[in-house]
Amino acid sequence: MGAFLVRRLAGMLVTMFIISTLVFIITNVVPGSPAALILGEDRTPDQVEALNRELGLDRSVPVRYVQWLGDLVTGDFGTSYYNDNSVASVIAGRLEPTLMLTFTSALLAVAIGIPLGIIAAVYQGTRLDYASMVVALMGAALPNFWLGLLLILLFSLYWSVFPAAGYASIFDDPGDTWRYLVLPAITLGASHAGVIARMARANLLEVMGADYLRTARSKGLRERSVVLGHALRNSMIPTFGVVGVALALMIGGSIVTEAVFAIPGVGRLLIESVLRRDFPMIQGVILLIALLVALVNLAVDIVYALLDPRVRYA
Amino acid sequence: MPPLRRSWRLAWLSRPVNMIGFGFFFLVVAAGLLAPLIAPYDPGLIAIRERLQPPSLSSGHLLGTDHLGRDIFSRMLYGARVSVIVGASVVILSSLIGIVIGLFGGYSRRFGNLLMRIIDGVMAFPEIVFALALIAALGSSLTNVIIALTFVYIPRVARVVHACTLALRNQEFVLAAEALGGKSFRVVFRHILPNTLGPVVVQGTFIFAYAVISEASLTFLGVGLPPGTASWGVILAEGRNYLLDAPWITTFPGLAIFLLVLNLNILGDGLRDLLDPRSRKLL
Repeated sequence: MGAFLVRRLAGMLVTMFIISTLVFIITNVVPGSPAALILGEDRTPDQVEALNRELGLDRSVPVRYVQWLGDLVTGDFGTSYYNDNSVASVIAGRLEPTLMLTFTSALLAVAIGIPLGIIAAVYQGTRLDYASMVVALMGAALPNFWLGLLLILLFSLYWSVFPAAGYASIFDDPGDTWRYLVLPAITLGASHAGVIARMARANLLEVMGADYLRTARSKGLRERSVVLGHALRNSMIPTFGVVGVALALMIGGSIVTEAVFAIPGVGRLLIESVLRRDFPMIQGVILLIALLVALVNLAVDIVYALLDPRVRYA
Repeated sequence: MPPLRRSWRLAWLSRPVNMIGFGFFFLVVAAGLLAPLIAPYDPGLIAIRERLQPPSLSSGHLLGTDHLGRDIFSRMLYGARVSVIVGASVVILSSLIGIVIGLFGGYSRRFGNLLMRIIDGVMAFPEIVFALALIAALGSSLTNVIIALTFVYIPRVARVVHACTLALRNQEFVLAAEALGGKSFRVVFRHILPNTLGPVVVQGTFIFAYAVISEASLTFLGVGLPPGTASWGVILAEGRNYLLDAPWITTFPGLAIFLLVLNLNILGDGLRDLLDPRSRKLL
């Protein structure tokens, strides 16, 4: 297990290095200098040059890259172009809503998707199977910003059950937080619930034909314990991987959901920064998201290895 | 084409599920192509006096009008055109580049691993975030959205082709081609490539669907297509402020995206059954 952990951590470091390099390349091949963009139409060449020097953009790209990587390693994510705040502190202030939203959505997606998939697999070929799979397929195809708007229309504007926008921090107002999270979590969770249901069904069906299940049946076990006790446990291992992937995707999906429900999270920050062309902030948010995704994947790998010894030695 | 295979394909198409999936996709493509002929109004024609009219058969606005009095039905038709252009361009471009990367990554023993590591690194990234980073650098326009989404979906194609190539590389017909003195280039493009195309077509169907959703998402976020464009994402984003007074503005483009993506997913599943027999019946 120790060697496995070291291998995975090394892999994660390599991934993070690749991603940070990509992020640097993408945000530094900008046509037109950021200084010119910040200063707007009435700029003079002198002003542009002065600002370039202030932002450190007068040095060559490789020098900037090495400096940037060095700063990152020491935990310095730079300062915003827009207002001189430190990128790290701004992001830290926006983290809570995003994490809460992602976590709630993941719980919801698992709570709906896995039972739906199991029911479909157990009643394979029946109307119940078709109905669950149609629901799953439709959930996976719903554009989540549209689903969000429909939920706002019904539950906020027509019936006033849940707030249409905003967020209450769990530290300030824990009793209210969940009310702000219900609609966004459904919005973000729905499509993943569909994908999880389809995978849970496929994985369970794949196990259903295994020899050890025939053995379990032939020794007189009830169908219920065959499915729930024997088949389900093994089918959950690959399904668990899908849940991990879904969680990683939800971190990205939260950007759109935050925009629909005006939740002041990291995703909103990214959009604001893209519109302002605040490149240090964009880099910071993207690296943070990449780090979160990498951590989720690492956690999935570790649980995978705990559940299935074959993974450890592969 | 031998008659036996033809009837098999016809049998595939005559399954209602596949027919619906294919039919709806065809309908959207046709609507997009024929938009200038079918659309009753110019999609940008502003008629303030007819603003926010609900859908009706008699008023001449089949799907109603938006906050500037523009005809939603006409805008929807032109929006189909944008979605088809984005989807098709992204599928074609990302497939072409992804195939080359995947073939090279699977066949070249020296650089293959490194290349696929980079691809894996990119794939570990949520797609919309990657697209946003590229848009931030490139600026927002139709071309840049297509470029950004192409980069985003290259890894998907590359991975599929890479996996196929690895499996095919040691197959006897490939070894035979090599033993006969076939140059790497010839072996890869004449013998391996044709056998990877089935899965690429399946992936392409899904990428089309993702690209349509991603374009609409980026536009909805305000960083995709410019506000004036007649695209489903723009109609949705603009209609959002009139959610309560004029819910039809957001309903129809949302429904269109939903149905297109749903049918592309169905089509993709059907094509997978047809082209990739191993995964049949599982999903």
